[in-house]
Amino acid sequence: MQRADDFLDRRRHLAELSDEELDRRFWQLAEQIVQPLVDLARTHTTPSIERSVLLRMGFNSLEAQEIVKQCSDRGLLAKGAGHAVWRAAQRHGLDILTAGRQLAAGRLWEGLFAGGDGHGR
Amino acid sequence: MQGGMAMAAERPSQPQARALCPSEKMDIRSILQGLESYRPRRRGWTWRPGRGPRQMGPFQYQQASAPLQRSIPLPAARYFGGIDPQPDCVVTAEIASGRFEDDLRRMRMAAWHGADHIMVIRTTGQSHIDGLLEGTPEGVGGVPITRKQLRATRKALDLIEDEVGRPINLHSYVSGVAGPEIAVLFYEEGVNGAHQDPQYNVLYRNVNMVRSFVDAAEAKTIMAAAGMLQIDGAHNANATAREAWKVMPELLVQHAINCAFSRAVGMDPGLIALSTVPPTAPPAPALRLDLPYAVALRQLFRGYRFRAQMNTRYIESDTREATVTHTLNVLVSRLTSADLQSTITPDEGRNVPWHYNSIAALETAKQALLALDGIRDLVEIRMTDAMRAQVRELKERAVLFLEEILAEGGYFAAVQKGFFVDSGRYPERNGDGIVRDPQGGVAAGTVVRRDPDYWAPVCHHFGENHPPAGLAAGKSCDAIGGCTLCRPEKIAYIDELDPEDNVEQRLAEAEARTQALRPEVEWAGDGIVTVTAFFPAAPRVAEFAGLALAERMGLQEPEVIHKRVLHPAEGTMLEIKGRVPFAIDPEQLVIPPEPALLSEEEIRRAVAERPLAVVAGTVGEDEHSVGMREILDIKHGGLEGFGIRCHYLGTSVPVEKMVDAAIETASDAILISTIITHADVHVLNMRKLHQLCLEKGVRQRFILVAGGTQVTDEMARAAGMDAGFGRGTKGLQVASFLVQERARRLGKDTGPRPGTGQERPPAN
Repeated sequence: MQRADDFLDRRRHLAELSDEELDRRFWQLAEQIVQPLVDLARTHTTPSIERSVLLRMGFNSLEAQEIVKQCSDRGLLAKGAGHAVWRAAQRHGLDILTAGRQLAAGRLWEGLFAGGDGHGR
Repeated sequence: MQGGMAMAAERPSQPQARALCPSEKMDIRSILQGLESYRPRRRGWTWRPGRGPRQMGPFQYQQASAPLQRSIPLPAARYFGGIDPQPDCVVTAEIASGRFEDDLRRMRMAAWHGADHIMVIRTTGQSHIDGLLEGTPEGVGGVPITRKQLRATRKALDLIEDEVGRPINLHSYVSGVAGPEIAVLFYEEGVNGAHQDPQYNVLYRNVNMVRSFVDAAEAKTIMAAAGMLQIDGAHNANATAREAWKVMPELLVQHAINCAFSRAVGMDPGLIALSTVPPTAPPAPALRLDLPYAVALRQLFRGYRFRAQMNTRYIESDTREATVTHTLNVLVSRLTSADLQSTITPDEGRNVPWHYNSIAALETAKQALLALDGIRDLVEIRMTDAMRAQVRELKERAVLFLEEILAEGGYFAAVQKGFFVDSGRYPERNGDGIVRDPQGGVAAGTVVRRDPDYWAPVCHHFGENHPPAGLAAGKSCDAIGGCTLCRPEKIAYIDELDPEDNVEQRLAEAEARTQALRPEVEWAGDGIVTVTAFFPAAPRVAEFAGLALAERMGLQEPEVIHKRVLHPAEGTMLEIKGRVPFAIDPEQLVIPPEPALLSEEEIRRAVAERPLAVVAGTVGEDEHSVGMREILDIKHGGLEGFGIRCHYLGTSVPVEKMVDAAIETASDAILISTIITHADVHVLNMRKLHQLCLEKGVRQRFILVAGGTQVTDEMARAAGMDAGFGRGTKGLQVASFLVQERARRLGKDTGPRPGTGQERPPAN
């Protein structure tokens, strides 16, 4: 978009604001802009977030990479990769790291989440 | 250990690294040992200790902090008792040559010059790697940030901070497509500060914008939990826009979006720093543009921190020009405020910064910050109507920008319409902004909506999180027996993945290269030197003459790195770099032992045993007396103070009179003071004194000494003197020389000529 500097026209509604009111308006607008972005973040996840969860569970970066890939391939990222590892450990009586390494190798996924066959997308 | 993986299970107990000794080089190999069990000693950011007013030597400072236990002061400190006052703000050095093992040595040098925030730039392309890197591969324009590299760096900084006596913050980047993982890595490895700004990913790295903001919330949550300082990325708009000063309204907008987003996910504004650069540089009337902007920023963002960066946009190969611009940047910092003063090296515009330019940048900052100490007690920014109007206009333009973002449907829509980094001064638009597609970019389509039973069983996780029913209430990570943030012993360590491209291989090569001594600018034994030359020729002729010069001098791969025309026909100044094809073997060097000065007590004892007298005066037609008086005067620690009898004859004394007086008073030495003249009168006077003494048969009786601001020992001895003393000479040095030289002549000491205290390089 090309546009000449129409600042003087555009600013008319700001002219009456005091300096404090202007500063307040600045922050109100900024908060309004970021609110939907924060909501988006609150309700979504990504492969990097899920890998960061696995790192915190004690996996190394290569294992985290593989578990998230397997999880994503099966359409299960929305459950949480850490959640998947925990479930696999519970179902098979394994410790967290062993369960995760099995998942990384493509095992233990079947029937991990009710309603899914573990062979999603 | 090389090429393999050391897993957590094999972790031995953490070995204690040996403290650094100031007279020894840092042992990189010992730092690399035992990294698999290294743990950072603290987390989070540290401001300088002891900030506020402070007495240092003869001066009262208003904006100082606790001094260092070990440091190298500014060169002029020798006139002020060697004081090295430390400003109150954190001072940053950006260090990243591509080989972190070489950077560790530079970090140590930087700490000695006042850096307490070490910023490690990442290797090109790391922001597009969807995951963590491991090991220690070589980087380009920066360092691959990995767990091993961070551990080695943090461990070296532990040793360095103990050596200088002040905490040092380690800093890198939580950006790109692996932000959350890098944030966890930084938490675990004790990284103290990081850049984090989703807008940076979107605008400059073309990372998908949805991914970038979703990742950012997680990354910021982890950073906040670690107490890390966050720096935003707004300053990049300065560096990118065609006319940097026109993006000022947008800069306010970018700062606001990152600040508001960061606070909304739980960050403390006291740990959110705005990265701000004075947008312009001379020949623009820089302060008239930069200052209203700096004021508007500090009014709008009260409660946040300010990281004052130096200008890079208008820096090219001229290091002098860069230094002046950067000094002016510090002036803006001090006239407004800065919690961190970042430094840009004067050679940033021409190459990856060199060792000594990193130090030069730190010294520029320290020198300017100290000179401007308390300047706001002396001057204030005049909030004239014009100034107030300028500040107000910037804010209004920014508010209008924010309004239009909302009117267009929000942030993503605005980016898609090219709102950002347009060269027009908003609301002017030139249609050259950066356009990004919300469905496009790196890692597009990877964001997934969380299911109602989504769960992450770890701490410091942002957003919707629903543990399965039936789990006991408690910490999020109880279900897995604790996460790495609570139980660091669970952290998995990978040593190296590439058997060829790693630090061990590079060290082996460097050690072969540095068996003997080579000059160095960046990497161990890189052999690079520069030659500065002026040619009385037109620029192009000079440039080729410069290359020929370097080749004839034996320099390999010569390259003109700076050219400054002094006159189109009369001449051109060049800086030429090249590689020396040889090394110096220190074993083969003939280095005479450093002559020791006598102590004050030894001098007094020698003079008491056998009285010593001198005649002194300024020779020639010269009325300067200050320097000589300081050498003689008891108040200044001069010769009189050691019991030496001084016959001071005054100024403009004929040389003949000096000799006659010395004979009459049966003195042991003649001290003449002289200034440097174009006609070499000073040298003639020295020769004349020597000749006259020879003619009168008294040359052996008298120790002849010349002094003056530009006199050197070599020059004086070449002119027949026994010693010469230059700028900064202390009475002790002259007294020590006189006593030892007299002893030598009396046959008590037949050794070499005694020391003058001038043998050290003058910078010390």
